[in-house]
Amino acid sequence: MKKFLLTSAAASLVAGSAFAGGHGDEVKVGLMLGFSGPAESYAPPMAGGARAAVAEIAESGLFLGGKKLTLVEGDSTCADAAIATSVAERFVTSDGVSGIIGALCSGATTAALQNVAVPNGMVMISPSATSPALSTIEDNGLFFRATPSDARQGAVMAELLLSEGVESVAVTYTNNDYGKGLADAFEANFTAGGGEVTINASHEDGKGDYSAEVGALASAGGDRLVVVGYADQGGKGIIQGALDTGAFDLFHLPDAMVGFATEANFGSDLDGSMGQVPGTDAPGGDLFVPIGEANGFDATAPFSPESYDAAAILLLAMQAAGSNDPAVYKDKMFDVANAPGEQIFPGELAKALQILADGGEIDLVGASAVELIEPGEASGSYRVIKTVNGKQETVGYR
Amino acid sequence: MVDILNALVAFTNFVIIPASAYGAQLAIGALGVTLIYGILRFSNFAHGETMAFGTMVVLLVTGLFQSWGISLGPLPTALLALPFGILGASALVLFTDRTVYKFYRRVKAAPVMLVIVSMGVMFMMNGIIRMIVGTDDRRFADGERFIIRARDFKEMTGLSEGLALRTTQVLTIVVAIATVALLFWFLNKTRTGKSMRAYSDNEDLALLSGINPERVVMITWLVVAALATVAGTLYGLDKSFKPFVYMQLLLPIFASAIVGGLGSPIGAIAGGFVIAFSEVTITYAFKKVVTYLGPEGWRPDGLVQLLSTDYKFAVSFAILIIVLLFKPTGLFKGKSV
Repeated sequence: MKKFLLTSAAASLVAGSAFAGGHGDEVKVGLMLGFSGPAESYAPPMAGGARAAVAEIAESGLFLGGKKLTLVEGDSTCADAAIATSVAERFVTSDGVSGIIGALCSGATTAALQNVAVPNGMVMISPSATSPALSTIEDNGLFFRATPSDARQGAVMAELLLSEGVESVAVTYTNNDYGKGLADAFEANFTAGGGEVTINASHEDGKGDYSAEVGALASAGGDRLVVVGYADQGGKGIIQGALDTGAFDLFHLPDAMVGFATEANFGSDLDGSMGQVPGTDAPGGDLFVPIGEANGFDATAPFSPESYDAAAILLLAMQAAGSNDPAVYKDKMFDVANAPGEQIFPGELAKALQILADGGEIDLVGASAVELIEPGEASGSYRVIKTVNGKQETVGYR
Repeated sequence: MVDILNALVAFTNFVIIPASAYGAQLAIGALGVTLIYGILRFSNFAHGETMAFGTMVVLLVTGLFQSWGISLGPLPTALLALPFGILGASALVLFTDRTVYKFYRRVKAAPVMLVIVSMGVMFMMNGIIRMIVGTDDRRFADGERFIIRARDFKEMTGLSEGLALRTTQVLTIVVAIATVALLFWFLNKTRTGKSMRAYSDNEDLALLSGINPERVVMITWLVVAALATVAGTLYGLDKSFKPFVYMQLLLPIFASAIVGGLGSPIGAIAGGFVIAFSEVTITYAFKKVVTYLGPEGWRPDGLVQLLSTDYKFAVSFAILIIVLLFKPTGLFKGKSV
């Protein structure tokens, strides 16, 4: 016991000194995304967005009176809680970061938040974790996300399908926090609106054979198949199986299925299928495209704008608070993201830093028209897509 | 009458066709496992990775052929590349046998030790495959994808249920039958095949009658490499090639081999189909079929599903345990485990 006390005291000393190191002339922020795992095709453009925002602020020389800003990165995977925890642990104890951007998936985010961020009083902002469970999690006001909860996406998806005249659907979801959360939110809203969910069944990612799952879905029937999965994992396998057996012709694709991978895999086989992904018609999105081109990433990819905004909110909140102490700047997150104040678009972060340094107020519109609502998540507008001739085209916003 | 036909078509489309193709793939995989068990006397955990390795070579050679413009018309180019895959897998298993297994044979290691060794080999092959092709999901089936499309079938017959038959599914079954016929001819009619069976039945007697054990071992590995490559390629053509999936296949393959009786080739084939059909049938939702067969206008409220599809893998486990409890030697009197 004595030994244990001694080692833990030593460990906390080391942690404390590493932490103190973060308060010098250099400020570090951590970026953890699922660079490998089920959502790996989303990570590169998201990292591009976050890096662009950090670089913009670092190069301005105005950050916290001229402090140096560096970004440290880690691969949190998508669903491996142990890896996500160890990456966050490394950020906090050995790198001494002042804030964490990430993670990509809800599972990794929850693990890092509960095991590392909350116990260490570290602010975390995720660009893309959408599980409804993260709205009610005990976070001491430390967790934020630049994307809406799936409770909202479930409602939008239900409204969208009902307005299309779809009365019955089959639902398959990937068996994790994200899939289960969104599928349940959707079912509640869809049935409340008068629709029928014939089956709400899970599938496992990483399997080769989905014929049993497709058989059950086909037997339950429905006008459309709602695929709450990942574009390069089970979601792909299910769609392939359903198309091959002729079980379903029309699909509905939530955020994680929308994107280049689905287009490349199925092309015009999905014509007529719809979906939605967080997005807006605000001018920020267009202004963000050249930033992506200059930095070599696809700025229209899902969650890339949100990643830029997540990084911007975190750093601007530090500037507004005049401190990189998470306990201080966490209260400024809402102030910089919401009105009142001067509207800030992508590429104008240096201007925002100057206004904040002069004691003024800003309202970050950013690339995704982000607006934070309690308990620290984006209010959420969605881009509705429809597959036409093998391309996912934007047909409206909700 | 139309309702009965509809029910039959739905059942065929979602149960019989996929389960037959899956069963054939499992059967060829299980044959490899069972041969190793019968002759080399250990459970080869690296079998899934051998399948993946052979398939990977097929995939790479297929890509090469496609870039040269060689194709088989309506059939997948991968069939042409299959011999190269078999060569690649043979080289790999012979190399591992020389460098790894031979030592343990010489010291007469206990079978359980060989099982652990084969697990080590599995992780090594695992890494090699990932280093060569990466972890991505790849599709390498080309040529005509369907023999009958669901939509065309509906138009042709006027039924409300569609029936889809993919080229790869028919190919799987045809190739499986050919492979099995060839294997049985080899084991029962040729001198080498007979010496293999003799060695499997009684090692000492076989040695006394002048059978060279190293030759038997080598030929066993070659046959196993061929079977693994064929099974892996058929599976990859039917679904898609992803290295990770082949490790997952290990459980149903072992279940098939054990259910049929380890060491018994006929048992491996029967086991493959038993496992495939029970996986798909037990988790199938019979709602549609029951609706067609039941009285007019009546439909069941539930899905009429015995087990949710989440329990698919549990089915192979359950069958495995039941067989081991009541018939430890398997359905076809193999060796007890």
